[in-house]
This record gives sequence, structure tokens and C-alpha cells, in this order.
Amino acid sequence: MLSKRIIPCLDVKNGRVVKGINFVGLKDVGDPVECAKMYNEQGADEIVFLDITATHENRDTIVDVVRNTAKQVFVPLTVGGGIRTIEDFKKLLRAGADKISVNSAAVRNPQLVAEAADKFGSQCVVVAIDARRAEDGTFHVVINGGRIDTGMDAVWWAQEVQRLGAGEILLTSMDADGTKAGFDIELLNAICAVSHVPVIASGGCGALSHFSEVFQKTDADAALAASLFHYRELTVGQVKEHLHACGIPVRMDK
Amino acid sequence: MIAIIDYGAGNLFSVKNALDYIGETSEITSDPAVLSRADGMILPGVGAFPDAMRMLKSSGLVDVICTEAQKKPLLGICLGMQVLFSRGTEFEETKGLDLIPGSVDRIECDFKIPHMGYNELHKHIDSPLLAGIGEGACVYFVHSFMANTTPEYIAADTDYGVRIPALVQNKMVFGAQFHPEKSGETGLKILRNFGGLTR
Repeated sequence: MLSKRIIPCLDVKNGRVVKGINFVGLKDVGDPVECAKMYNEQGADEIVFLDITATHENRDTIVDVVRNTAKQVFVPLTVGGGIRTIEDFKKLLRAGADKISVNSAAVRNPQLVAEAADKFGSQCVVVAIDARRAEDGTFHVVINGGRIDTGMDAVWWAQEVQRLGAGEILLTSMDADGTKAGFDIELLNAICAVSHVPVIASGGCGALSHFSEVFQKTDADAALAASLFHYRELTVGQVKEHLHACGIPVRMDK
Repeated sequence: MIAIIDYGAGNLFSVKNALDYIGETSEITSDPAVLSRADGMILPGVGAFPDAMRMLKSSGLVDVICTEAQKKPLLGICLGMQVLFSRGTEFEETKGLDLIPGSVDRIECDFKIPHMGYNELHKHIDSPLLAGIGEGACVYFVHSFMANTTPEYIAADTDYGVRIPALVQNKMVFGAQFHPEKSGETGLKILRNFGGLTR
């Protein structure tokens, strides 16, 4: 049986992990390679780097991060944040990324998804969808970290990106994000119902039970969390042990 | 030295990184002379069966791979595993390297395609590559096509509604449908076992 995946996400700025706090045993809390290795040792099934570097000149720093991590961590690596062109895809895949996640760029230029899927294969094209409830109860796609409501229906967009060639959907609920009240089950079910590619649940987890809930109540294939793991409120290992105890298939060997 | 065969398809650097990490000397190459003097060969591959065979042919490496595979261990990974078989039916019927009898066809099941993520290995015929690997160990898969072959060649399979051959072998020819270079410690152990065969 296919395992449900647990994916920690590291926010990286100018090649350094942001929000670094003191981890026991980490020599350098800001070093993305060190952090990725720590997650790897905890049993992370994949690792996502979200590049939040603001300036264009420093954008290549993420390429070095990927290159150095890929030499020491042997689970799939995904990079998101600021990817706009096929050339960006090429650079990151060559450096050792396995998947590239696009968000706003896919909304602004849907052909990017089609072109990347055609050139590199759907398996490496992840489309990140940030969705928020609208007044009429539907879900809208938002971009720029939630600052812009595109007015586009998230369920329609999920179908559209699959048609274009997305191999996976990383779905973040902007309503649930940061609340620690649990994943957005309603949104996930709406998107999973139209998805024939894997869906990664993101936003809202704050407790062990939220992870079992998301896999029991939705068809999500994976769950992603950033600060929860980064601030060590929970470890990846604890989450997987909990899921295993609940009878949910997870990879227990490392 | 393990030759990582460069024929224009595949994530060569991930395999190279993994071999470097476990201390196996390797060389990315498209030179027949290097394949001849290598102690083992790895054939990676990402993409579609017909493209991969076309690129293998135009690289002029088909004959040397098939000859050397009689003398030293060869490991095909993902699409590199699939082309080891007699033929593939992706898009069009294409002849493979025919180092293992069987065909490669679309996965027919009720689950999502591609089969992507970690799935369990269930062991069948004894394989040196699985020494020290427990029953049910998880490895990372990404594929939409699968091998159809007879049990005598299946060292391990995985359950995805259908039984998918995961590790196949025919004498010194091995094929992993999964990515050992992306399967954590289990994958590295399989690569170490392969490295052990080259000495």
C-alpha cells in the first residue's frame, strides 16, 4: 500500500533558513543543509524548500542550497518560490531538485505548467494552490501570499492545472493557515474530488490528531508543515508514529 | 568503478551523489571504452520508453551495454529498468534491450496514475541487492508503466491494486522500478549491495 507522506517545509531566504531557533545538536540553525539532514534523520519523506528571497540578484542562492543538500539527503527535494521560467526549472533540476513548485507564476502564465511538464515530465511539476473561502462559500485562488484574490474558482483551477500537466497539487488553505486548528477538510475534499494527481495538504495543523484526521477524512496523499516542525512542537517521527498507531500507512524505516 | 551511463535521459547527478555519499567510485560516461573497463554499470532514465530507446541507439551504446551486461553487474533504474525488458508499449510498441524477458505496459488499476510515493517491497526470489533489507521496507516510486514478466525474474514486487515488479533480475542484470537514490537509507543500502557485487 502506498504510504502517506509527511513533508517538512523550510523557508529559505538568501540561502539561509529563516525563523531559526536553537535546535539541539544543530551546529548552525540557519544552514538549510543541516536542517534538511535533521528532518531526513527524523524520517521526512520529502523535503520542500520555499525560497522567499526578495531580490533577483540573490536568487541563485537557492540553487546552491539544493546542490549542497542533494549531496547529503536522499529523499525527494522540492523547491518552490519565485520560479517563473523554464530556465529556472532547468537550473534547479540540474542542481538536484526532483520537483519544482509554481504558484503565482502558474496563475499569471499557465503555459509555464504545460511547457515544464512537456519538457521535464509531469512528475516534477507541482502546482501550489493557495485558496480562501469567498462570501458565496466557494473557494478562490489567492496569490502573492494571500494579498491578491484572483477571483478564480479553486476547484476549476485544480482541474485546469492537471489538464496543463501538473503532476501534483500542493494545496494550502489560507483560512486555516496559522490557526493550528486543523487542516481544512472541506477544501481538501473539494479539490481531491477532482484530482487524479496526488494532493498535498497544507495549512492549519497544530496537533498530532490533525494529521490522522486529514488522512482519515480526505484522500490527501501527503501533509506538509513548516513552523510546527521547525519550532519542534512536533517531530516528523512523532507524527509518523501517531499515524502508524492509527493504522494509516506510513514509511517507518528510514 | 561504476559507470553511470549518460545517454541523454535521466537524473544522472542524483545517482552520482548517492554513490559518492556511500563511497563508491563512479563515472558519468557515454564512452564505450569506459563501460568496458568499468566494474559495474548503472542505467538511469526518466521519460518515455520510445525516447529512451531512441537515445540509447543514437548514443551507439546498445551493443556495448548488452555485451558488458554478460560480464559485470548492470542496474537499471526506473525507465532504465523498463528498457531492460524485451519491449515496451508506451505510445507505440518499441523493442527494448531484451536483457530480461517481458514487456512494459501501462499500469491498469483503480488508483491514481502515476504511482508516486513510497511503497513496500515484498520479497520473492532471493536477491543479493536485498541483503539486509527487511520485508515491507519502503522505497520511492514515480512511474505510470510497469513490467510484466514471469516470477522467476521478480526479486520484489509492490502492491498498488496490482502487483508491480519492483526489483527484477536475470543473472547479473538488475532493474529497480523505484529510485534507490531517493529512498532514504533503504535505497542507499541497495546501492551499497550493488557496489559490493562489482568487487
